[in-house]
Amino acid sequence: MGFEGIGASVRRKEDGRFLAGRGNYVDDINRPGQLYAFIRRADRPHARIRGIDTAAAAMAPGVHAVFTGKDIEADGLGGLPCGWQIHNKDGTPMAEPPHPVIAVGKVRHVGDPVAVVIAETRQAAKDAAERLVIDYEDLPGIANLRQAVAQGAAQVHDGVAGNICYDWHIGDKDAVDAAFGRAATVVKLDLTNNRLVPNAMEPRSAVGDHDAAGDYTLYTTSQNPHVIRLLMGAFVLHVPESKLRVVAPDVGGGFGSKIYHYAEEAIVTWAAGKLKRPVKWTAERNESFMSDAHGRDHESTAEMALDEQGNFLALRVRTLCNMGAYLSTFAPCVPTYLYATLLAGVYRTPAIYAEVKAVFTNTVPVDAYRGAGRPEASYLLERLADVIARDTGRDRVELRRQNFIPKDAFPYQTPVALQYDSGDYFATLDGALKAADWAGFEERRKQSAAKGKLRGIGMSTYIEACGIAPSHVVGSLGARAGLYEVATIRVHPTGSVSVLTGSHSHGQGHETTFAQIVAEKLGVPIAQVEVVHGDTQKIPFGMGTYGSRSLAVGGSAMVKAIDKVVAKGKRIAAHLMEASAEDIEFKDGKFSVAGTDRSKALAEISLAAYVPHNYPIEELEPGLDETAFYDPKNFTFPGGCHICEVEIEGDSGMARVVRFTAVDDIGRVINPMIVEGQVQGGVAQGVGQALMENAVYDANGQLLTGSFMDYTMPRAEDLPDITVGTESTMCTHNPLGSKGCGEVGAIGSPPAVINAVIDALRDYGVRHLDMPATPEKIWSIMQGGMQPGRPAMAAE
Amino acid sequence: MPQLSLTVNGKSHAVEVEGRTLLVELLREKLGLTGTHIGCDTSQCGACVVHVDGRSIKSCTMLALQAEGASVTTIEGLAKPDGTLHPMQEMFREHHALQCGFCTPGMVMSAIDLVQMHPDGLTEHEIREGLEGNLCRCTGYHNIVKAIAAAWPLMHGKQVPAAAE
Ligand code: FES
Ligand code: FES
Repeated sequence: MGFEGIGASVRRKEDGRFLAGRGNYVDDINRPGQLYAFIRRADRPHARIRGIDTAAAAMAPGVHAVFTGKDIEADGLGGLPCGWQIHNKDGTPMAEPPHPVIAVGKVRHVGDPVAVVIAETRQAAKDAAERLVIDYEDLPGIANLRQAVAQGAAQVHDGVAGNICYDWHIGDKDAVDAAFGRAATVVKLDLTNNRLVPNAMEPRSAVGDHDAAGDYTLYTTSQNPHVIRLLMGAFVLHVPESKLRVVAPDVGGGFGSKIYHYAEEAIVTWAAGKLKRPVKWTAERNESFMSDAHGRDHESTAEMALDEQGNFLALRVRTLCNMGAYLSTFAPCVPTYLYATLLAGVYRTPAIYAEVKAVFTNTVPVDAYRGAGRPEASYLLERLADVIARDTGRDRVELRRQNFIPKDAFPYQTPVALQYDSGDYFATLDGALKAADWAGFEERRKQSAAKGKLRGIGMSTYIEACGIAPSHVVGSLGARAGLYEVATIRVHPTGSVSVLTGSHSHGQGHETTFAQIVAEKLGVPIAQVEVVHGDTQKIPFGMGTYGSRSLAVGGSAMVKAIDKVVAKGKRIAAHLMEASAEDIEFKDGKFSVAGTDRSKALAEISLAAYVPHNYPIEELEPGLDETAFYDPKNFTFPGGCHICEVEIEGDSGMARVVRFTAVDDIGRVINPMIVEGQVQGGVAQGVGQALMENAVYDANGQLLTGSFMDYTMPRAEDLPDITVGTESTMCTHNPLGSKGCGEVGAIGSPPAVINAVIDALRDYGVRHLDMPATPEKIWSIMQGGMQPGRPAMAAE
Repeated sequence: MPQLSLTVNGKSHAVEVEGRTLLVELLREKLGLTGTHIGCDTSQCGACVVHVDGRSIKSCTMLALQAEGASVTTIEGLAKPDGTLHPMQEMFREHHALQCGFCTPGMVMSAIDLVQMHPDGLTEHEIREGLEGNLCRCTGYHNIVKAIAAAWPLMHGKQVPAAAE
């Protein structure tokens, strides 16, 4: 056995089953007697439902039931709850319109469930659903942000005036106004953060089961099974936790889209109870496009006030953001506490004021997608930094460096609520400049020009916040949940270990990294460590995986539980070796009496704990099984520098990323191989957002990008090798020092890509270009900007 | 219902299928081979790739009946009976070419065909182009490309010729 502890690139334990085709994803699960649900969805953005004729569908071959929203209502089910409440500027709560499981009275976005058919086979259910006759009266649709807030706009919800969900702000307006009053220069930028479809490769799926004892089981593609059990049990089905088990087995990617409680989960669970048969639903990809929560969709205006030397004095931001047709589970917190609180970025801007208006539209609900709010903040700041450099004739690297929060200023209190515990932005910047050979760029630019290509380089120096916490603080900000994590360390009699964790792995490799922590701390080989997650019947009440929290919060809970195991083990060892517990040391899996050669292995201690013949039974309970709940003291603050180089083809305007370097500060690294993979995957999604991905609605709210044929996903040939490095400072407030790495790639990369594209187009006078920077947009710029007599590109 | 006989992972099957049943549905639903995945409905993602008579195909794009008499290999049929992984599976593990694992079966099946079809060498560029029909949302492809490059010499039993680099 080589070194398997913290810092080793151990190959993943979970890979064996995935590579052999033995993964256990929800759609692979088939329960005896299972029926299949097919959901008929709205094909139009906004309409009144005048009537649904279910008779022909109900009589179709193999059909067991047809349900509409009325049946759900008649059974007294609740609507889908929202887990975060934002308050308006005036202190009143946000608008929170009902979110029925199946539409009642009106449909409000393409994809809104209208009826469900349950039949013997998937095909029979689907065939029968075509026989449903739905009588709609079309209503005007609101497709985008501008329409939503226009005078006299149609209303998505009765009772939500002007389609405003909330009108919120943060920061010191007076201080910002004063700073703008004395500024030498003000630089202003309008920008759009394009709407994205998460598109985990595994479509969502849910299987509801109900047994003779009246207990329900839901198998679902979720990042947080306990959260689903709580939301669905308490708010929708009114079933107590003790009668509802939620299992999230192998899950094929989430990126946020599988955090939320979705209608289909409630539908199959409820229908299984009604029909006394298991019911399965699996999304077709077209359903994923119109029912998985989308991401981003902001329009912002940013203004920076500067003094003569180029120091940032104050930042003013106004953002309009899209909630879609209904509030998804955590939607309201994304453009507020996960976005506006990050607007200090890595800079010591002394005054910041941000106003955020969230609106309803006739589109799919929008919620957290990889990065959630933080990519929007870093895109705004890092585009603004480049525009400031351009407008004021400064070097973009030096401008950033000059405004960085100094290394010795931590803990650093920002003007927008957060307190950064640690960081060194100079180190990540210098590391990235070196790794990317920033200095050698001009040479590469010439080489590209010789091939007829425009080459540009761009950077972003970003920060993000992970492991959102502590619970009492997020509670005061409107969270209707705690944000701790839980772990149980169960040492078995012969010394093997089970880790029961509230975190959930859907690609992150917890079975490996969590085992490595046990190997490091308890000296147990990872082959003897089992990591159990994703089943409410097996694990204590945990909060799941999102916001890069698994290691920083879930890993910390593990360390706390391990510490308890060691403390108890010492007392058992002291008894067995007739020493005092204070004299027992624990190292490399052995308890020894300090200063002697007497020792006992962990397995001897655990055996004594479960076979307590010779045991301090008067003072200690038997067993070696400890649980810890960990509620972090603060967020963690990963950050870093991403540098991108693009080449643009002259004839097509096609921009291609040719080099990408990420140097991140993510705190302690457990498995460098897994970290690299996480960053590379995040960067790929960021490059996708910057160059190709875009969810497009027509002016009426019809989704135009509803399949992989219309929505461009990055493919292998669209991406280069992605160089990943780390320059870490430790998180100061959690026991591992880890900060989180799941989202950094998607947060840091989009502005670096766009900055590079604009740099490549430097001869065309472009100041800004909205994402995605498609060939069409770039080509148009190149045509429009082409001056007679300006030097043609080499190959032309 | 029409009858179909075919061999899957070396085992012969005679089954009844509807005319419209897709090969992937046959594999997953009738034969219980759930290693082959469905990631889309427009033949774009490659999660469903299997080998039919030795060549990779998207099993969501072929009717089961079209596989009459064919020999199909799925991800479950790659490893040796003693559990020894195929070199491509081994290299995917070694190079961390999978995260959630959902695209992996299709990726591995496509990659094997790609390597087999390039006996004279395989450049990084050819690998990236060759993966045109497979989407992965997790890895950014970097490690998948590395894994395939590493599997080439193992599968062909020789080093990649210098010219192909
Ligand atoms: S399932 Fe997507 S290509 Fe076959
Ligand atoms: S590993 Fe998750 S989609 Fe490829």
